[in-house]
Amino acid sequence: MSSLQFDIAHLLAGSLVLASFMMLYQDRLYALLNVYAVHAGVLALSVAWQAYVQQAPHLYVTALIALVFKAIIIPVALHRIIKRLGIHREIENVIGIGLTMMAGIGLVALSMVVMLRVTPGADALAREDLAFALSVVLLGLLIMVTRRNAVSQVVGFMSLENGLVLAATGAKGMPLVVEISVAFSVLIAFIVIGIFLFRIRERFDSVDMQALDRFRGERR
Amino acid sequence: MIAVALWSVAALLALAPAGVVLSTRPRGSIILYGGCLIATSTLCVTALSDLLYVPQLTPSATLPIGLPWLGAHFRLDALSAFFLVVINLGGVAASLFALGYGRHEDSPGRVLPFYPAYLAAMNIVVLANDAFSFLVAWEFMSLTSWALVVSHHREAENIRAGYVYLLMASFGTLALLLAFGLLASGAGYDFDAIRASHPSAAVTGMVVILALLGAGSKAGLVPLHAWLPLAHPAAPSHVSGLMSGVMTKVAVYGFVRIVFDLLPEPVWWWSMVVLLVGGPTATLGVLYALMQRDIKRVLAYSTIENIGIIFTGLGLALAFKAEGLDWVAALAFTAAMLHVFNHALFKSLLFFGAGAVLGATGERDMEKLGGLIHRMPKTAFAMLIGCVAISALPPFNGFVSEWLTFQAILLSPQLPSWGLKLVIPAVGGLLALAAAFAAACFVKLYGISFLGRPRSDVAASAHETDRFSLTAMLVLAAFCLIAGILPGLFIDALAPVSKAMVGNIMPHQVGLQWLTIVPIAESRSSYNGLLVFVFAALCGTAAASAIHRLASDRLRRAPAWDCGYPDPNPAIQYSASSFSQPIRRVFGSVIFAAREIGEMPPPSSPRPARLRVELRDLIWDALYAPIAMVVGFATDRINILQFLTIRRYLTLVFVALIVLLLVVAL
Repeated sequence: MSSLQFDIAHLLAGSLVLASFMMLYQDRLYALLNVYAVHAGVLALSVAWQAYVQQAPHLYVTALIALVFKAIIIPVALHRIIKRLGIHREIENVIGIGLTMMAGIGLVALSMVVMLRVTPGADALAREDLAFALSVVLLGLLIMVTRRNAVSQVVGFMSLENGLVLAATGAKGMPLVVEISVAFSVLIAFIVIGIFLFRIRERFDSVDMQALDRFRGERR
Repeated sequence: MIAVALWSVAALLALAPAGVVLSTRPRGSIILYGGCLIATSTLCVTALSDLLYVPQLTPSATLPIGLPWLGAHFRLDALSAFFLVVINLGGVAASLFALGYGRHEDSPGRVLPFYPAYLAAMNIVVLANDAFSFLVAWEFMSLTSWALVVSHHREAENIRAGYVYLLMASFGTLALLLAFGLLASGAGYDFDAIRASHPSAAVTGMVVILALLGAGSKAGLVPLHAWLPLAHPAAPSHVSGLMSGVMTKVAVYGFVRIVFDLLPEPVWWWSMVVLLVGGPTATLGVLYALMQRDIKRVLAYSTIENIGIIFTGLGLALAFKAEGLDWVAALAFTAAMLHVFNHALFKSLLFFGAGAVLGATGERDMEKLGGLIHRMPKTAFAMLIGCVAISALPPFNGFVSEWLTFQAILLSPQLPSWGLKLVIPAVGGLLALAAAFAAACFVKLYGISFLGRPRSDVAASAHETDRFSLTAMLVLAAFCLIAGILPGLFIDALAPVSKAMVGNIMPHQVGLQWLTIVPIAESRSSYNGLLVFVFAALCGTAAASAIHRLASDRLRRAPAWDCGYPDPNPAIQYSASSFSQPIRRVFGSVIFAAREIGEMPPPSSPRPARLRVELRDLIWDALYAPIAMVVGFATDRINILQFLTIRRYLTLVFVALIVLLLVVAL
């Protein structure tokens, strides 16, 4: 593999981590969704590059799925949901942007250390890819943990899944079936979560998770 | 050989889902139990032929199921063949009994699907030749038997029995899992590989303790017995017979397989542990049995006693083998195996009899029975043989195996180790005490339930049970007699098992004059069951004919003698509690913290005076109750975790992930 190919793969995976960081501090829902769309677009590019580098045509299909579903359909659908719920003006108070960003940097460092330590035998591209993928997964989890709104938790979950796809395409010889099944499972999770959002909303007039907790009679 | 066995097991497994359909059909239970009868007889014959004509090459098979890199290994060596005979003889008898008894089942859908699966599971445990198949089958056996225990789930007592049983079964499987884990760490899960490995002394010691815990909790060794008298009586009677007569033997098999076969040469202290558990188990089990009024609970506690005798035999075999006296080890081991076989026979028989009584009267409490010998004469006859056999009276089979165990105990002065020299006679004393109590216990069971006058209307209106149940009981009774008067045949059949497990065999018995058995040497001791039987039969016939010839043979009915009080009320008879009162006075105050409380009414009240007896299970109070309390306390603390907010759960998952990653990274 030429060093240019390696550098471009590195660049794309790095941009994915960067997009995750951007999602961390978005406090408006529309902005969060837009960054998520960028996130998915970068993922599609990265997967397509992997397809080119590994000369694995089936990965182009994965890239296409990522582009169509994750970068277009899901953000558009979430936009509509937000509009119908009427929460597009809501501002989420993210717990201290500075603190969250510090935590995110710590997570990326941690995933680098872990991955470089446990995969000394793998080839360089896969190693870098896995390290970035783990960072994206951890950042996705961090988004889910720091948000209170159900929609932004869903977005956090989707970005986490993008990290999984990145990891899957980084490993050579991953069969298409696995990717398609992962894509479908995410789609189903999305549908289920969407339905739940409306159910929660019907019952509590809010998708703020605090309403659920209050209903269960608990204190924060 | 093994192909036939495995196909029969597969047939049993296939019958399990069929049971769901059959349970809704009017004649479904007959088809199902008939199928089980055919499959278990095939297995029994196969195993018997394997035991009698030992093949040159041990038959084995590997099926591509289970762990992908391991497969499922099966092997039919002499030990497996012997236990297959025991399991399937019990299975044949139980299926035959259930052909009649199972027709009266209220909810066949809760029994029929699990019965064949339970039989299949026990067979697979014995056939398995790798730790994974063994444990899966073991757990499957526990689960199916649990389902049968809670089949009459409307009674709160049965639900509690099922709960305690499930807990103890999980504990036992955990212990076995750890034992196999220790053994497999150097070799892998295949038994052949484990046999070839050389574990260190520390590992083998731990494995012995864990095997004793795991198998002992299934077999009912004190103090792990608490579930057994709850669970065994709760199941339908033919299943009770299988659980007591057969499943406890599968547990014995597990212990023998691990300790005698998989581990290298024994060390003397193993036998010390086994003996110190086995002897008290025998005595305590039968003392508990004596205090009970419920027929099926008496039988369940008596199972604990017999398991104690079997484990004592195994402990003796370990002791003698460790000290190099393997000819005595062969004697003790053969005695234990013979007792396994004998107990399977008479305990199944007794549980079937209890089932017949339960079916005829709907009553398990002895204080409400009585006089059944007139209403159910054939059942009473079969039960009498069972009671005599389990009380270890000649010429029946129970005597032979206990006598052989005592022969081994009497050889203990030849051991060089002083500890064993002192402990073994003490254990022998405990066994002798247990044998005497067992006789008292079964005199009580038979006398109170079958003799005297009926104590309730249901007992007075009882009727004889059906043909199939009677056939099953009488066949088992006949086996008890045959094994008692021709023990040489059975001892010789056990020779390959003993050869494989302790490396030596007892002297050949068939061909000795007059079918005598001579365990060591003629000058030392010998026993002739046939002679005792002929003598007893001749004397009995002579006495009976003399009385009938010399006196009048006309039947007279006269009022029973009531110590001078001609009261027509049957409650004035000797009762089960009064029978066991002297023994309760002597032992109960210490072992059961027994208290008798007399309640006298005030002079003006017409209320009758009452005598209440309070018994406590001290092992439960001292061992189980504190554990339950600690677990309850801990779960109360952890319970907070059940009511967190969604975000906190996510945070917990997140933090756990980070911590684990940190562990990997650092």
